[in-house]
Amino acid sequence: MPEPRAETLTINMGPQHPATHGVLRLVLELEGEVIVGARPIIGYLHTGFEKEMENRTYHQNIVFPARIEYLATFSEEMAYVLAVEKLLGITPPPRAQVARIILAELSRIASHLVFLGSSAIDVNVTSGFMYCLQDREEVLDIFETVSGQRMMHGYYRIGGLHCDLPDGFEARVRRLTEGLAARIDEYDALLTDNLIWRKRLEGVAVLTPQTALAYGCTGPVLRGSGVNYDVRKAFPYSGYEQFEFDVPLGSNGDAFDRYLVRMEEMRQSRRIILQALDRLPGGPVCLDDRKIALPPRSELVRGMEAVIHHFKLVSEGMHPPVGEVYAAVESPRGEKGYYLVSDGSNRPSRVRVRAATFNNLQALPAMVFKGSVADVVVAIASIDVVLGDVDR
Amino acid sequence: MTDTTALVGLLRKRLPDLDLEVAEFRGEVTVMVPAGRAFEALSALREVPMWLPALTDLTAVDRHPAEPRFEVVYLLTGYEPPVRLRVKARLQGETPVIGSVTTLWPGANWLEREVYDLFGIRFVGHPDLARILMPDDWEGHPLRKDYSLTEEPVQFAGHTPKVPGRIIPKSPPRR
Repeated sequence: MPEPRAETLTINMGPQHPATHGVLRLVLELEGEVIVGARPIIGYLHTGFEKEMENRTYHQNIVFPARIEYLATFSEEMAYVLAVEKLLGITPPPRAQVARIILAELSRIASHLVFLGSSAIDVNVTSGFMYCLQDREEVLDIFETVSGQRMMHGYYRIGGLHCDLPDGFEARVRRLTEGLAARIDEYDALLTDNLIWRKRLEGVAVLTPQTALAYGCTGPVLRGSGVNYDVRKAFPYSGYEQFEFDVPLGSNGDAFDRYLVRMEEMRQSRRIILQALDRLPGGPVCLDDRKIALPPRSELVRGMEAVIHHFKLVSEGMHPPVGEVYAAVESPRGEKGYYLVSDGSNRPSRVRVRAATFNNLQALPAMVFKGSVADVVVAIASIDVVLGDVDR
Repeated sequence: MTDTTALVGLLRKRLPDLDLEVAEFRGEVTVMVPAGRAFEALSALREVPMWLPALTDLTAVDRHPAEPRFEVVYLLTGYEPPVRLRVKARLQGETPVIGSVTTLWPGANWLEREVYDLFGIRFVGHPDLARILMPDDWEGHPLRKDYSLTEEPVQFAGHTPKVPGRIIPKSPPRR
């Protein structure tokens, strides 16, 4: 009988694999069934958005953010417009700010529902996927009435919103949030005490707070490990400081804690939405500074001046002062920031997209070390990876 | 440590012979340090008690055709209390080199690889400085300003190539 040899087996996972949530490739090194090394290989979805954005005007660039991170579209658009607004030193009208918060929180709910559904399908709770996507569809229907698009909205403008919220928006969101509370409780009952769910998630893909901080993780991945950092609380933007909400924290840093954090975040988002609906002020939704915001159509048909402003903004764009800014939002996946460098011309000289999942994914090898191959699937799902965001 | 002024003061005290250039824009503080001593300054900042920042972002800016053309940008965020500080270092010429900070923050690994990939800035002491987003055999560094954006040729007729930069030309800053 030959002597058993101590050697490792290298296997490839992805890039086309249903459990990698996109085009993520992993090279796993196995010792029997135990993982002793994992190397994520990314870049399959690299589209060069940063370069594209350097070659367009500030207004033209509004279409890109939602395409970078296609599951949390409104949070993403918000990060970009906030960065440009910071560069210009302007604040949008209060109605626009509150409307942005409502839409961003709805986006968070929609995104977390995709997380929940896709995690469920990864551990074979197939029906969970259908339920979650059905609920997400209701949120996307609201987005469609608001912006005309389910995903790539292009609804935010530098200095406010493209147009006012549609009639019946408030009633519709209220109806949705009512149904949602019961639905989240239902998912909680379906999954949280489900034996299979707990066995697959508890104690799996553990990330200690030290490792999470070392890798620059943010969002539910960091908070699942018990570190209290939420951009909405630490560096409030768009008036988040006026809202009451809690930041849920995990204690064990495993996949189950990250799941619990996201479930609670959906409830907190609902709380923020209800507060925002109560205090949604009237008034304009966009600044009337004609050097920054496009004139409304009603002005265009009446005045020559508006036509000139419109022409200059569309054909040339605006010229922000020389400087550099970083504006971040708490997207469903963590800190999403835009770092803009302006040289004073009509185009940004550098646009840097600080992607939350890029940093979070870096912690994957630490999460799966000494685990089994089946747990890699759970680990990827618990990071809630969006490859468009990782590769940009 | 509660604000950026105190942080800059502390950095001055720790490294008295360091040439610091402090700039503020829209409430964000940027500290420019000499490239050769960036690592030293960053490790001093990392150990500031009561701040203990995470490396939120590491990126670069190309100021071509100005010289020194590259800036490596480190964004540090302390979570409690929440304070952000940006540290920058300027790099000269065609073969820019700077020390790696992977020993301070392991998360800098991929970030430095990305900067190397897209800007061609080399990080000395990086454990595995390989391309990360572009294919391994790619030539050039796409985010450099002298790497122009072009359109791939297509096989069918009646197609007008559109390079985004030519649709709305760049216009100079307003005085």
